[in-house]
Amino acid sequence: PSTSQVQRGLEKLTPAQVDQKTAEVVQYILVKDQKKIPVRRADLVKHVVKDYRTVYPEIIKRAMRTFEQVFGLKLVEIDSKNHMYVLVNNLDASTARPSPVERPSNPKMGLLFVILSVIFMKGGVVRENLIWNTLKKLRVDPGQRHEEFGDVRKVITDEFVRQRYLEYVRIPHTEPVEYEFRWGQRSDMEVSRAQILEFMGQLHEQDPRSWTQQYREAHSAATASSSQASSSNHR
Amino acid sequence: MSRLLGDSHRRFLQTLMAVGITDEQEARALYQHCCDTHKMPCTPDKLDEFIEAINSRLQPMFMQIRKGMSEENGHQYYALVNMAETDITRMTSDYADNELELFRKTLDLIVSSENGTASSTDILNSTDTMTSKKLKKSETEHLLTRLVQDKWLCERRGEYTLSTRCIIEMEPYIRTMYQDQVKVCHICHNIAFQCQICENPSCGIKIHNPCVARYFKGRVEPRCPACDDFWPHEIPEVRGLRSQSKR
Ligand SMILES: [Mg+2]
Ligand SMILES: [Mg+2]
Ligand SMILES: [Zn+2]
Ligand SMILES: [Zn+2]
Repeated sequence: PSTSQVQRGLEKLTPAQVDQKTAEVVQYILVKDQKKIPVRRADLVKHVVKDYRTVYPEIIKRAMRTFEQVFGLKLVEIDSKNHMYVLVNNLDASTARPSPVERPSNPKMGLLFVILSVIFMKGGVVRENLIWNTLKKLRVDPGQRHEEFGDVRKVITDEFVRQRYLEYVRIPHTEPVEYEFRWGQRSDMEVSRAQILEFMGQLHEQDPRSWTQQYREAHSAATASSSQASSSNHR
Repeated sequence: MSRLLGDSHRRFLQTLMAVGITDEQEARALYQHCCDTHKMPCTPDKLDEFIEAINSRLQPMFMQIRKGMSEENGHQYYALVNMAETDITRMTSDYADNELELFRKTLDLIVSSENGTASSTDILNSTDTMTSKKLKKSETEHLLTRLVQDKWLCERRGEYTLSTRCIIEMEPYIRTMYQDQVKVCHICHNIAFQCQICENPSCGIKIHNPCVARYFKGRVEPRCPACDDFWPHEIPEVRGLRSQSKR
């Protein structure tokens, strides 16, 4: 809708109606975000905005303001073709120390961290077999049901992909068919490469700076991803 | 009154969103931490004002940080609750219609019981009267596990109780839906499930177990605070801070 259409639409609604719809949009996005599912604009309009679609730009503007002012979150479009959004932390993380309240640890995030580490250390893209073999060494066999993760292959190639933590793409012209992994957009925004490198350093008892290429990438604010990330360590 | 929030408020809210519930001691530590992180002045006895400021901005979103007591240990807890009665609230997005029906039946059992519990057998039996798609035995067991994991219910030796977070969040709903059955504690005036009841038939007041412990502490002959009859129940010990599990 155009600006004048939005304006005319707003005139037909009471401020309370607009507030109510904004609240519903905020809640819908928060619920999706808790499950790490990106919000598709089409779904948001269809399930929540409904009859208010002419004033959608105004409502989303207000929702974004609420996320920033009240929750310290930022609504970011991660896919401009399909209009997909995720919430990222908008608070300055560079000074943050660990919180005194323990968060429930999510074992799946540990699994993800390992996969992201492998991809990052190998230059940003790896064939899937490398991931499966690495996990087997850690006693997580994607061919077997795992006590904690259930169907490991499904968690990695479906859940993490849907949540935009990973990209899982077919490599063209391969016979038999082969796939490769990359970081997904959410990882680009939420996961700090510097933190990954530090983790690798501890794992291999090695100075993170000895991985020159990765170190440069992790600490260059110029990389596309880290320039918009909020929870990564910019030093 | 809507107040301006700082990053310390926002960080506090974010942490509470991630953990769902904290006890008072943790909330105080978190308050201090958030103020320190964002270089804001922190007045230790102003936690409730700090939370009030957040609530003034959450209210238009039908959300609230609410305080409530654990029936287990009597300590105060803070939980972020959702007050919206629309189809997008947390629980309706996580559970199917028939699962919600069984949760409501469990709630019925707990509210109508003497001691605020429902046994797994009774919950399993109540599937017989379901109007939506009936849950099988294994599905019911799996659902109960999920309800415990998601911190709606607590389980001990096959007996289910409502979690502190569930009571804090659902109190207005329960007070409305179970007007005639709901019990209120004579001491703290909050809704009461696990409690002791005065045995004088013309009195019958209820007191939470932790409220019993605090009220009768050090009294030689416990008497009902309403009718002055002898209080015949065993008086529990006041539970020490930090020595208990969270819920
Ligand atoms: Mg973030
Ligand atoms: Mg980064
Ligand atoms: Zn009480
Ligand atoms: Zn009495």
